[in-house]
Amino acid sequence: MATTAEPALPELGAVPWRKRASRDSLRAWGRLWTVWTVLSVVPFSAAAVGLFLLEPLSFPVGIACLVHAWIIPELYAYRGVGVVRPKGPRNARAEPLAQGLLGDLVGHESRELQRRTGLAMEHGALGVWLVGEAGALLLPPGGRRVHCFCVGTRERELPPSDRVSHLLLALRTDEEGFATVANKAFSGAAWRVRRRLARRQRPALAAGRTQARQRRTSVRPYRRRRRAISN
Amino acid sequence: MPRLIRMDQTGHSTLAQWSAAEDTDFEAAVEAFRRELDAGYIGVVPEGEGRATQVTELPAEADLVIMRRPIAGG
Repeated sequence: MATTAEPALPELGAVPWRKRASRDSLRAWGRLWTVWTVLSVVPFSAAAVGLFLLEPLSFPVGIACLVHAWIIPELYAYRGVGVVRPKGPRNARAEPLAQGLLGDLVGHESRELQRRTGLAMEHGALGVWLVGEAGALLLPPGGRRVHCFCVGTRERELPPSDRVSHLLLALRTDEEGFATVANKAFSGAAWRVRRRLARRQRPALAAGRTQARQRRTSVRPYRRRRRAISN
Repeated sequence: MPRLIRMDQTGHSTLAQWSAAEDTDFEAAVEAFRRELDAGYIGVVPEGEGRATQVTELPAEADLVIMRRPIAGG
């Protein structure tokens, strides 16, 4: 094609201080979230148990501690899932046209899923993406974890499907660049994300997890080969 | 027929269409493409499922060129 193709997203110029996202950096980010969650849960739970052992009558304080231990990760998950909640004007008049363009960009299966849930499924090198109007969820191979990314176009007047198309095209142009430009909102267990996801959107997460699990099984032989080579 | 479209508040607008036989149509499309770049849009050529290429010049052989707005972390 006689064009000047640029493999990197031009938007990366707006965030020159960020290190380019990769499978390893996302894995490290996920681990950091796990540590943070443990640090949020364990001290409050330990305090609840300790207080009860020292003085059983202190159980109301212990209950408050347990509520804290439960609610902090839930609030983080709620914030993370917020990236794919429908936002901004609906622009219902232009939406059918935008929906048509988005339908042309995605395959039949993803089109149906997007119409039902508002999330378009996209397979990438980093995992399975569920792209919404103002953010995206990434399910790495295995499907147990979900990374939540807050990213979108600044034009709020665009119909919802056009906002999805914007993100989809950027993601397809440069997946790692897309993950770099996006703000990381949350990373945690898929079950935790599912609980906070709107009912309408849950089938998209289920479909994404299924695809991500299948990818894990397809990755395993490669890992086995790599281990054999290194041994 | 190849098309140059822009995603906007109307869903999308067709800015230009051209054919291999008509040079004037393609030149008009190139002009429209440059105007959109100057206005801050980004040109993208969808290349089937999972792939797209950013372009800074209008490719005559592409079936569809989409102008999109930049994205940013929210």
